Amino acid sequence: MASGEREPFQNTVVEWIDSRMPIFTMLQKEYGVFPAPKNFNYFWNFGAIAMFMLATMIATGIVLAMHYTANTHMAFDSVERIMRDVNGGWLIRYIHMNGASFFFIAVYIHIFRGMYYGSYKKPRELLWILGALIFLLMMATAFMGYVLPWGQMSLWGATVITGFFTAIPYVGESIQTLLLGGFSVENPTLTRFFALHYLLPFVIFAVVFLHIWALHVTGSNNPLGIDTKGPQDTLPFHPYYTVKDTFGLLVFLMIYCVFIFFMPDILGHPDNYTKANPLVTPAHIVPEWYFLPFYAILRAITFNMNLYFIVGLVFLFVLIVEFIWRKKPVYLSASAGWAMLVIGGFLILTGFTGDSCQRIDPKWLDENGGFKGLCGALQSLPGMSAAAAPISAKLGGVLAMFGSVAMLFVLPWLDTHPVRSARYRPLYKLFFLLLVVMFLVLGYVGSQPADASLLGIPLIYLGLAGTGYYFGYFLVLLPLLSRFEKTKPLPESIHQAVLSKQIKVEAKI
Amino acid sequence: MTRRFALLMTFVLTFGTGMAAYASEGGEPLIRQSWSFNGPTGTYDRAALQRGYKIYREVCSACHSMKLVYYRNLEALGYNEEQIKNIAKDYTYMDGPNDEGEMFERPGLPSDPFKSPYENDKQAAAANNAVPPDLSLIAKARPGGPDYIFSLLTGFEEHPPEGHTLLPGQHWNHYMPGHVLAMAPPLSDGQVTYEDGTPQTLEQYARDVAQFLMWAADPYMEERKRTGIKVILFLLVFAGVMYTLKKKIWADAH
Repeated sequence: MASGEREPFQNTVVEWIDSRMPIFTMLQKEYGVFPAPKNFNYFWNFGAIAMFMLATMIATGIVLAMHYTANTHMAFDSVERIMRDVNGGWLIRYIHMNGASFFFIAVYIHIFRGMYYGSYKKPRELLWILGALIFLLMMATAFMGYVLPWGQMSLWGATVITGFFTAIPYVGESIQTLLLGGFSVENPTLTRFFALHYLLPFVIFAVVFLHIWALHVTGSNNPLGIDTKGPQDTLPFHPYYTVKDTFGLLVFLMIYCVFIFFMPDILGHPDNYTKANPLVTPAHIVPEWYFLPFYAILRAITFNMNLYFIVGLVFLFVLIVEFIWRKKPVYLSASAGWAMLVIGGFLILTGFTGDSCQRIDPKWLDENGGFKGLCGALQSLPGMSAAAAPISAKLGGVLAMFGSVAMLFVLPWLDTHPVRSARYRPLYKLFFLLLVVMFLVLGYVGSQPADASLLGIPLIYLGLAGTGYYFGYFLVLLPLLSRFEKTKPLPESIHQAVLSKQIKVEAKI
Repeated sequence: MTRRFALLMTFVLTFGTGMAAYASEGGEPLIRQSWSFNGPTGTYDRAALQRGYKIYREVCSACHSMKLVYYRNLEALGYNEEQIKNIAKDYTYMDGPNDEGEMFERPGLPSDPFKSPYENDKQAAAANNAVPPDLSLIAKARPGGPDYIFSLLTGFEEHPPEGHTLLPGQHWNHYMPGHVLAMAPPLSDGQVTYEDGTPQTLEQYARDVAQFLMWAADPYMEERKRTGIKVILFLLVFAGVMYTLKKKIWADAH
């Protein structure tokens, strides 16, 4: 934003402003002639679409806040008043309600696009981290927003989610009390959630600004994942991408409007049209759909992690670091590695089996109420009881859930393969698409009751498998692929790739 | 390009609809009805709404409140101002305090919410074993909405199946999650008199009141769908124009 060299504008008003504060020069530079790779596909629309959704949410949210009352006695009725008596209130509220879902749809596609084409790699790591931060802020904002209508799912969702914080040792209870402003979800919870739900979107807006700033320093990635090498590879942002983004946005809006006008409540939960009642618990409590994969990860950890299990896990992690992350092991010889693998695996099995024995069918108990055979032997080991486990199932779930979001933040250092785009990385492409499938499977698992099963298989196993793949993808597969994957030959330049594609198309015609 | 677009659409729709399907548990599959308000151009059947309101007024309102609906809202059912005033004034409301500081009773006005049968939830619970839920939003608050209401009202069974016993004050229903509820079968053939010659059967009553409750929960549905069609048409045309413009601008890009 340097104000050094400046082309004067024809329009006198514009020129008057620009000579004092070169905002038009800046806009011209960043959105007018800004060079963008000429080979974007339609997946590159979703950044602009997400930006549009943020603006929509803020605009409708401010109007809703004018009519909403943050008080447990009045919140539910004030939302219904918006739906029934405020002029156009139903429209504003349905735009906002479904807008949350469509904001997440846009952002999920935006994130998966970034992963598929390696947009998080050098030099765009900071850009990516700012994006992950936006996602995290969005999750907090959406969660608090869902509490405001004060329906049954609002109350019970908030109760369940904040309840997980109590799993944190020593300070968990205090954190929960701080979040709730009391010992249960009550009026102080509602008022602080409202205040924060109003504040956070502006924080998101600020981080989006930083995100775009970082983008305009490094320039955009593109479907080929290769750097732009000169003007023949790029097009000015305007009019080429302004018109393409507008077209893509309109198609997105069409789908969004089908939901707003023809099935506005389908993405929500019927229970939220019943006023919150602390004395009646809904049959099964589910978060909004966009949290379901993370909710499934949270619930996938159904076992306590005792000392045996944790030490085994640490062994395994050391092995991953030494033999997979590093090109050459620093501290361990191969034989020590094998020994650690065997011992670690044995400890994990011992710890897991010992813990599982405590949740076992009573028919396995003998007459005196003790454990039989292997279970009995494992039970007699010190530190095996659930109470002695440093990481309870609940804490394990919370760690897994936060860990799954944390993976996004460290992704640039887990995948260090020099080739960005999955187009030239067949193995990466396969594993990535599997990750997307697993993510959707986790979403399905999250939507079902904890004890549900599919084709006779209890869903908790599916959830655990999905969680395992999710972490395996980031911690093991990506570092391995970074070292060993052979790639297809990269094109010389964007320009040439585009030209040869055109020639192919013309040959077909 | 088309292939990629199809992929994108699939993605969006999977996310949008696939995950939203929450199953209702513990009751039998609902009887699906064809309603006049189904589909993108569906509208409410005014005659059915008026009959449904009559059932609510004569039967349901003995126990169930509808606090979010006002007499003035009945205009949407096709009643005129005079009729609404007459309906409202049949009810007595406590108002005040007046200039002397006294509370006083007055007849209802179109600006009053539907008169609740009980003073408060405790009184409602004491009279019914459980609080009868407010019906203003019931069609949105239950999976299946009007189909659920219709199924529930027609799904009572005098004797529970073998192996189930009911406590006094409990009733068996095929469609209630858990099958047991405190409400006795509220409607039966011939109970409410229809003046327009519509058959006075339990099925017809259930159908009419389900439609009325759907309207009460979603009074702006018709306006919403009408607006929606215009908005979608506008977006289609606008997107078409932008697509042509995009083609034109990009023609010299490569």
